Amino acid sequence: MNSTLYQRLLDWCGGWGLPTWIFDAVWMVAMAAIVTVFVLVTVLALVWLERKISADMQSRVGPNRTGGRFGPLQTAADALKLLLKEDIFPAGADRVVFWLAPFVVFVPTLMVFMVLPFTGKWVANDLNLGVLFVVAVSAFPVIGLIMAGWSSNNKYAILGAMRAAAQSVSYEIPLVLAMVCVVVAAGSLRIGDIVAAQREGGWFILRFPLQLAFLLYFITAMAEVNRVPFDLPEAESELVSGYHVEYTGMRFGFFFLGEFAHLFFVSAFCATLFFGAWEGPWLPPAVWFLIKSYAIVIVIMWIRWTVPRLRIDQIMGFSWKLLVPLGLATVLLTGLMKV
Amino acid sequence: MTQSLTPTEHVTLNMGPQHPSTHGVLRLELQLEGEVIIGCRPIIGYLHRGIEKIAEARTYPQVVPYTDRLDYLSSASNNMAYVQAVEKLLGVEAPERAKFLRVVLLELNRIASHLVFIATFANDLAATTVFLYGIRERELIMDLFEMWAGARLTQSWIRIGGVGQDIPDGFVERAREFCRMLPGRLDEYDRLLTGNRIFRARTEGVGILPREMGIDYGASGPTLRGSGVSFDIRRVEPYEAYPALDFEVAVQPACDCMARYLVRMKEMRESVRIIEQCLRQLPAGEVMAKVPRAIRPPAGEAYGRVESPRGDFGCYVVSDGSAQPARVHFRAPSFIHLGALPRMLQGWKIGDVVAILGSIDIVLGEVDR
Repeated sequence: MNSTLYQRLLDWCGGWGLPTWIFDAVWMVAMAAIVTVFVLVTVLALVWLERKISADMQSRVGPNRTGGRFGPLQTAADALKLLLKEDIFPAGADRVVFWLAPFVVFVPTLMVFMVLPFTGKWVANDLNLGVLFVVAVSAFPVIGLIMAGWSSNNKYAILGAMRAAAQSVSYEIPLVLAMVCVVVAAGSLRIGDIVAAQREGGWFILRFPLQLAFLLYFITAMAEVNRVPFDLPEAESELVSGYHVEYTGMRFGFFFLGEFAHLFFVSAFCATLFFGAWEGPWLPPAVWFLIKSYAIVIVIMWIRWTVPRLRIDQIMGFSWKLLVPLGLATVLLTGLMKV
Repeated sequence: MTQSLTPTEHVTLNMGPQHPSTHGVLRLELQLEGEVIIGCRPIIGYLHRGIEKIAEARTYPQVVPYTDRLDYLSSASNNMAYVQAVEKLLGVEAPERAKFLRVVLLELNRIASHLVFIATFANDLAATTVFLYGIRERELIMDLFEMWAGARLTQSWIRIGGVGQDIPDGFVERAREFCRMLPGRLDEYDRLLTGNRIFRARTEGVGILPREMGIDYGASGPTLRGSGVSFDIRRVEPYEAYPALDFEVAVQPACDCMARYLVRMKEMRESVRIIEQCLRQLPAGEVMAKVPRAIRPPAGEAYGRVESPRGDFGCYVVSDGSAQPARVHFRAPSFIHLGALPRMLQGWKIGDVVAILGSIDIVLGEVDR
């Protein structure tokens, strides 16, 4: 995380005669472990939060037994249940692809956390192409969804996968356009520089054409994480649950995990790009970062439990006829403002 | 149409019998071209219990609880249709007080059924929150039923000659309180759902049932009234206390899912008005007519016809003079609406199937019987 810490530890180990490459390997595994644990804990928290928020909105109680009055251990108990469930391969499934798909979905969602800056120092690796890395890697899970849908040998699953592919292609473009606006305004693809630009010139959400970029980002991010009104690949009431209909136990759990991890990531990235990341008075930077991320998560959940779902053609039309032209116009506008 | 270069074939998708949006055990055999529906065959019978046949081996009063299990969301209107037919055979008329109480029961049941419609229709379109709101309000009606009849869902409370028992103390006040509360809650649904752009995009212009086609298929109830036909059994063949009551028949001309939804929203408001009038005008007296202990109607046949929440619900009873009916047949509006479904689905997408199916509000209990 911290390059000075890295340097100090490396020097200390070098004093014991440890080769650098062994130290680097251990360091990488440790970083990955920390990120993974953080993601798992966050997902548990988010699922609990979603249950509580939806319960409040629907005049229900929600989890209230497991681990105390507010049921904080409910999701942990559910995760344990998923681990203990029978692992079923459907008849006629393409076993290798079926086995592989959950990992193809989950691993990229974990990888993007690498560039997420919790504070100025706590970032696993502040790549100089950070934004590009995010765009490239977060486009990956859709391949896993198609693999899951195809290998399940189930018509609902393949329909869900088709929708996932179509939706992902249509919404990635405005998403990238929104990010391009931020990159143009900051003048760098490095996430650290984007935050620095906001520290100097004020949050990007307060600068004129970037509000449009924020709007674009927010809408497309909801589509990226398949939330209502854009949850067509899953569509409980139409496709039963789309591409993961045939998955059981922890394999299903991985899709679930990936989805919530992605939800947290898009929110945290939104906070980074538009709300000054960890910047804020009094409280420690990491706390500010989490507050902003969770606030955005809550707004997305709020929308999810309020509105109905769109239809596939309406979703496509919305993206290609409205969001893409708007995105292009915003990029142009941002460029003009910069000049 | 341009010739496709790669050979494609249609996909057959079995929607149901286990599917969250087929409202029970209905199976739709869909022919798909991508997401577009080019053919649909509803396959029914998964819930067949042979109620019509069972009725032939039961005495007349024993059949009443079986009718509860037809359209289980509005058991009172099934009771009513059967009891109406038997009363015609017997030449018995329920006392005035019972007639008003029956209307209270029927209309409360209509509201309960429409609330389930709103709830499930919204849920099919993924507005999950509305689902729980609808069920929350329905719960209060269930409590009223429990207070009065003991049962919540299958009350069997409309009996041959009257109703099971008079209303208990405090019922009128609680029913009035409910009637005062409900319109406000309906306004809340309007704000949350009716004006929602996404909801309108999903329902307006979707699943057209043209006026003539609706009449040709024998559609009735909110499904037909959503196609601009003002046809309501409570108006055209009034029964019980309906002639004395003032209410409006809700009609919408648009023929789409939205129109059918709006008809039901309006009907709930009208039902509240009807219940309030009944409670105000409630005459004193008996709730049960003089009916012989062993019911042996003279040989003959009779037809009972009521406006159930789903439409024109009928019951045909043939008597051979014995203590058991010789034949009982039910005309279930859901069954008839299901017949029109394949043509309504033609050319729409999978996402619309659940909207259109939801909008005709079928109950498999009465389709399969």
